[in-house]
Amino acid sequence: MGDWKAITVPVLSSDSKNIFPYTSERKRSPASMNSQVLRLSLPSSKNMHSFFSAFCTEENLDQSISYIDRELTTLGFPSIYAESKGKEINLVSIINCLNELLALQHKNLRAQEEVEMQHLKLGSDMDHLQNCYAKLKEQLELSKREIVGLQERDRQLQSKNRNLHQLLKNEKDEVQKLQNIISSRATQYNHDMKRKEREYNKLKERLHQLVMNKKDKKLAMEVLNYVGRADGKRGSWRTDKTEARNEEEMYKVLLSDYEQRQKQLLLENAELKKVLQQMKKDIISLLPPQKQKPKERSEDGLVLSDQEEDIGELNKENMWELSCETVREQLTNSIRKQWRMLKNHVEKLDNQVSRGHSGALNAKDVISREDYELETERLELEIQQCKEMIKTQQQLLQQQLTCDDDTTLLLQDCYLLEERERLQEEWRLFREQKKNFEKERKSFTEAAIRLGLERKAFEEDRGAWLKHQFLSMTADCKSENVTTPSAFIRSNLTDGVSLLGSDPDIRSVRSASWQRRPPSVLSPTVSPEPCQISHYITQNSVASEKPAAENMPNLWVESDDKEETE
Amino acid sequence: MNFSELFKLSGLLGRFSPDGKCLASCIQHRLVVRDASSLNILQLYTCLDQIQYIEWSSDSLFILCAMYKRGVVQVWSLEQPDWHCKIDEGSAGLVASCWSPDGRHILNTTEFHLRITVWSLCTKSVSYIKYPKACQQGVAFTKDGRYMAVAERRDCKDFISIFVCSNWQLLRHFDTETQDLFGIEWAPNGCVLAAWDTCLEYKVLLYSLDGRLLSSYRAYEWPLGIKSIAWSPSSQFLAIGSFDEKVRILNHVTWKKITELDHPATIASKKTIVYKEVEKSPTVDRERLTFPPTRALASSLFSTQSKYEISQVPVSLQYIKPVADRANPKVGVGMLAFSADNCFLATKNDNIPNAVWIWDIRKLKLSVVLEQLCTIQCFQWDPCQPRLAVCTGSSRMYLWSPAGCVVVQVPGEGDFQIMSLSWHSSGDSMLLLSKDHFCVCYLEREEV
Repeated sequence: MGDWKAITVPVLSSDSKNIFPYTSERKRSPASMNSQVLRLSLPSSKNMHSFFSAFCTEENLDQSISYIDRELTTLGFPSIYAESKGKEINLVSIINCLNELLALQHKNLRAQEEVEMQHLKLGSDMDHLQNCYAKLKEQLELSKREIVGLQERDRQLQSKNRNLHQLLKNEKDEVQKLQNIISSRATQYNHDMKRKEREYNKLKERLHQLVMNKKDKKLAMEVLNYVGRADGKRGSWRTDKTEARNEEEMYKVLLSDYEQRQKQLLLENAELKKVLQQMKKDIISLLPPQKQKPKERSEDGLVLSDQEEDIGELNKENMWELSCETVREQLTNSIRKQWRMLKNHVEKLDNQVSRGHSGALNAKDVISREDYELETERLELEIQQCKEMIKTQQQLLQQQLTCDDDTTLLLQDCYLLEERERLQEEWRLFREQKKNFEKERKSFTEAAIRLGLERKAFEEDRGAWLKHQFLSMTADCKSENVTTPSAFIRSNLTDGVSLLGSDPDIRSVRSASWQRRPPSVLSPTVSPEPCQISHYITQNSVASEKPAAENMPNLWVESDDKEETE
Repeated sequence: MNFSELFKLSGLLGRFSPDGKCLASCIQHRLVVRDASSLNILQLYTCLDQIQYIEWSSDSLFILCAMYKRGVVQVWSLEQPDWHCKIDEGSAGLVASCWSPDGRHILNTTEFHLRITVWSLCTKSVSYIKYPKACQQGVAFTKDGRYMAVAERRDCKDFISIFVCSNWQLLRHFDTETQDLFGIEWAPNGCVLAAWDTCLEYKVLLYSLDGRLLSSYRAYEWPLGIKSIAWSPSSQFLAIGSFDEKVRILNHVTWKKITELDHPATIASKKTIVYKEVEKSPTVDRERLTFPPTRALASSLFSTQSKYEISQVPVSLQYIKPVADRANPKVGVGMLAFSADNCFLATKNDNIPNAVWIWDIRKLKLSVVLEQLCTIQCFQWDPCQPRLAVCTGSSRMYLWSPAGCVVVQVPGEGDFQIMSLSWHSSGDSMLLLSKDHFCVCYLEREEV
């Protein structure tokens, strides 16, 4: 900042009041400086006037001009004289100089302002820093004091701790001492007790002797009569045998107790083994099948084979009952293995879940999750469909089951009616058929009767005809005229006889002749049911033709029948 | 629930017969035998002196009455009232007397535990057992009555002798590793004998029937040890109550501790039910008041009724600090009993004398705590069902079963302070004994 010295210009003595207090005030606070600066830049015109008139007057004009010139040239301005030596003032240069001086003045003022601003700033900074410094100093003091306090406390606590440790040690020592005292007192006490007891025993012995002596005089027990034993048996002498028996009894009692306990333990063991087996099966079923993950450690593969072996072995029923070490160990070891595997599996699942939650980008997992979601969606759809189907089915079922009673009855009735009608139809048919059968049977029987009658008649006729023929034959032999016709007839007869069976014409003749005779008898009855009767008789004749092959005359008769009917 | 009237009694000597048909009670020197259901007097016997102890024989045909001061034991028969038997120990004195399991022998312990004399009612023979131990439970019979174990002490060492009861032959004789044997007890299956040491040493020894040491258990060394022991009815567990307010349960397979049951003064577990007995003020019916007041009315006015309330957990029970410089302090688990079906264990911690702790053995957890107004005097399990009867010296009887618990006021003229109780063998009735009277309580089948 520096001190502003007053410009020792003699002419300024009259206005020194204005300037000196001005300059002396410079050293004061920057706040007041501002006003001073302003005052400097805006001097009152009145003072200036006096200031200006103080320097240059009419008398010392040349001097002042030369002085000014000197000053200006020293400052680097061009001379104000028109020439280098001369008294002519170059007005232009004066004006220029003035202008330059004004500019310089402005510049200087600005610079001054800046400097003063900076000065102020620096002053405030300094104050601020001083404050901070003071505060920090205070804080430092405080912390130092605190540290000291804490150290003191720490020391106190440590000493307390030490004291407590010491007390504890003392207490422990005391306890030990007391225990020692107790034990020593106990031994002393025991010793004294033993001594007293021995004395007491001696007294007792003495007393016992006295009592025993006295006892001989009196009978100690008076009983009206002796009572039988509780179990009704007699008393027994004490012998070695009885002793042995007692021992035996005792051991029997002990053994039975042990046996009972062992049975209970066996039962318990069997139960527990069953439970373990069950648990093992459950654990195995819970675990994922090892074969699908070939990446698994080879251990698991081995374990799997072991496990299969184990399953194979230990599922045998007889193994359960063995309680030997190896089987027991096997079972427990296999269960431990399974349990460990299950635990690992569960841990893996947990990890997977946690990884899934944290959103780690494991492609396999992501895809599987998508798949899983698709799968679940599909399954849900399926479930929905199935549910709907079930619902509709149930509705239908409900309808079926829970329709009105009337409709069901009606329905049932309808079915019944249908059936009944069908049955009736069938009955009707059946009855018709029955009737028909009856009719047929009747006609058959009638036909059979008629047939029989006709046969009879036929037989008679035949017999008669034969007789007649024979007679006629013999008669014809006597008369020749008659022979040719008779021969004819004979031949006819013989032919007839021989050809009766074969010649259809003769048969037809015969039949015609036969037919002439009992037309009323046969025709009405025979004609309407020709086929049936023919069936009936053909059956008969068929049946009889077989044996007829052996008997000639029968053939003839049968064929007659045949002809007849045909 | 029906109560009979009060009958006179002395010395808390009232017992049901083992077959459950009769009830024997003593009034000074008279022995009264009543029918158990109707309480009619069946027999009346007079003894020589004031009776101090009575016991039924196992077949319920005989009763022994012991008069310790006189040193005489008199035996009465129920079948033949005229039959009499008197056993005079003379100058040997009498300290204890009991039946043998077959009901035909009487074991008398003479004064100073000089010897145990075995008197036979069938024969004229007399047997002596020398050097019996003067301890709380020195003689123990197996449940089937075959064997008897006697604690002996010779030359400052403890021994146990096992006798066969049928002919009193010595079966086994072995020494025990105890300082001062305090008691012996057979397991209900008759194959294991538990022997425990004095309270100065915590030690339980388990011997097999043939005298082999099966196992020995010791929980801690110096503080006071075992106070009470109980076998479970199935012989599976041995519960040991000790002076450190804990019960330790050993199992019969390994004879190792399976659990410790603690009895703290504050119960915090949410699964425990705490029943607290609270008094309820008696209601007075104004119209019934007469002047002068009848005795019944007066007693009912002054007797306090009470009922059970369920307290909310956590509950803190009344705790009594034991006096430091007295022997046999009232600390620790002094009463232990298993229920007949082996499912529950009832205990009493003498520091907390008003509470009964009921433990569920299947879960080995505390199931119920009954907090009474007065000190527990006695509790006993029903021999058939899991039902516990408790008496506290007041005229009320308390019953607990898994279904709940109930307070029953014994009707009467008040002043019936129940000090002891005992169940009938069928579980249908109960004998309530006070100092001067007794009464029988009949329970209906559908009761709690």
